[in-house]
Formats: sequence, structure tokens, C-alpha cells
Amino acid sequence: MTSSQAGLLTAVFLASAVEFVEAFTIVLAMGVTRGWRSTLWGAAAGIATLAVVTAVAGYALVQWLPESALQLAVGTLLLIFGLQWLRKAILRAAGLKSLHDEEEAFREEREAALRAGREERMGLDWFAFVVSFKAVLLEGLEVVFIVITFGVNADSVPLAAAGAGAAGLLVLVSGAILHRPLARVPENTLKFAVGLLLATFGTFWAVEGLGFVTQSQASLDWPGGDAAILGLLAVWSAVSYLAVLALRRTVRAAV
Amino acid sequence: MRYLRAFGRFWFDFIVGEDWRIAAGVVTVLALGALALRAELLSDSLLAVLIATAIVAVVVVSVVGAGYRSANRP
Repeated sequence: MTSSQAGLLTAVFLASAVEFVEAFTIVLAMGVTRGWRSTLWGAAAGIATLAVVTAVAGYALVQWLPESALQLAVGTLLLIFGLQWLRKAILRAAGLKSLHDEEEAFREEREAALRAGREERMGLDWFAFVVSFKAVLLEGLEVVFIVITFGVNADSVPLAAAGAGAAGLLVLVSGAILHRPLARVPENTLKFAVGLLLATFGTFWAVEGLGFVTQSQASLDWPGGDAAILGLLAVWSAVSYLAVLALRRTVRAAV
Repeated sequence: MRYLRAFGRFWFDFIVGEDWRIAAGVVTVLALGALALRAELLSDSLLAVLIATAIVAVVVVSVVGAGYRSANRP
């Protein structure tokens, strides 16, 4: 396994684990409050929709765009998406954004589920179905986005999908055994790590993809080839750490 | 039309997120990089490093701006 593939697997696994934990919390809150039948139908419908989106988007991207254009377009999207993720992680670590708390999220979802009225459609509790469907679809879309962008760029869609699948299985099995929100998962730290990996690979691939504008349309060469990935990771880590320190000082000075 | 707008809004929020300046900055940096590459102004390696540095600068400006706005909030 190359360093690029190892990074891809790590990034997809961690990002997927974080998203699956968030979706699991909402599905669990609906299940224990409103009943499992409608909740599980909602989750299943969300997974089915995700499968269709993945197949259509993946096929369309690979079929319609030449490889170098694909690298530039997908790399740029991944970079923008990843930088937003990293920005949020930096602001969270500096205390400028509230930390994600699964116990709190579970309580809020549970209270909302208890307050909501009962409306039956197609024999299902519609509130539980829709909330569960949306949770799986929205959190899952981020996983699909990362799997497709990483997979297409590294030419390893099956490896990326395997990383996401393993994370999903781990969350599902852990959740089924514990039967409570997975609040002990260090989500905010994981999100920071994922932000760093997305920013690193996004920068690497978006710059490589710029070769599309040259006559040869060959990828732009990084100094050191794939080893530049480690250099980029070091730079993003150092810059993020310094940004957190500087922001914490700003926050303290303002209080 | 309403659904189309909502669909567009969803994908904008999904990819661009809270600070549109990051997306605008990244696209600008990559566009300038593409122009420099076409004009063969610099070696590939140097250009790659310069573009990456500019992308890092875009994020630094965004987070510093967020900190500044937070510190000056009444």
C-alpha cells in the first residue's frame, strides 16, 4: 500500500466514522422515542437514496470528464470542502465555536421527538421516518462526497468505499452493543484530524490537476512527488496549531 | 423554481459552507496559478509551492477574520 493510499484510507475511515456517529445518534433518539419500525425504514430509505446518488454521480464523473479535468475539478471541490472543515475545527479548538456533544445532540433530538405530533403516512410514523431519513442522507452525503473525491483522485474508489464501509460497520456494531450515543468517541479531535487530511490531499490534487491547462494536459509535478503530501500535512498542522494559539489569545484578550 | 433554488442553496451550503471567501480565494489562487502555468513563468515545482502557500494564506485570513469579528462583537 502506498503512502497516498494509506492516507486515503485513514482520511475516509475517520471522516466516515465521525459522520456515522452523528447519524447514529439521531436514528437512536428516534428509535427509542418513536419506535424502531418507522425509524429503520427511514434509515433504509436514506441508504438507498445514497446508493443511487453515489452510482449516478460516480458514473457521470468518470464517463464525462477527461482524467486531468476530473483531477482539477474534483481536487478543487475537495479542497474547498476540506478547508471549510479545517476552518471549523480550528474555530472549535480555539473556543470560537461550540464543540459537538453527542449526549447533548441525543437529548435535543429526543425532546423534539417527544414534542412532535403523530401523523401516519403509508402506515409509518412520518416524523420518525423523515428525521431518520434526513439524518442518514445528510450525514451520508458527506461520506459519499469524500469517498468519490478521494477515490477518483487516487484511482482507488473501492479502497475508499471499503474505508467508509469499515467505519460504518464499526459504528453500527458499537452502537448496537452499547445502545446509547457514542459520546466517548473523541469527535472534535477526529474532526480536526480529518480537516488536516482533507486540506492536505485537496491541496495536493488541486495543484496537480492544474496540469490540465497545459498543452500536454499532464499532472503538475510536486517537488518530491508523493512525499510532498507529508510536507503539506506538516505545514497544515503547524499553521492550524499556531492559528488555534493565536485565536485563543485573541478570545482571552477580548474577555 | 423554488425547488431549484433550494437545491442550489443546499449544494452551496454543503461545499462552500460558512465562509464563501475561502471558496472564492481558492478559485482565484488556482486561476492565477493556471495563468502562470500557461505563460510558463516559473518552474512546475516552484509554482506548486507558491500556489500551496497562497492557499494556506487564504485559510489564515479567514480564521483570523473570524477571530477578529468575534473579539469585536458587542
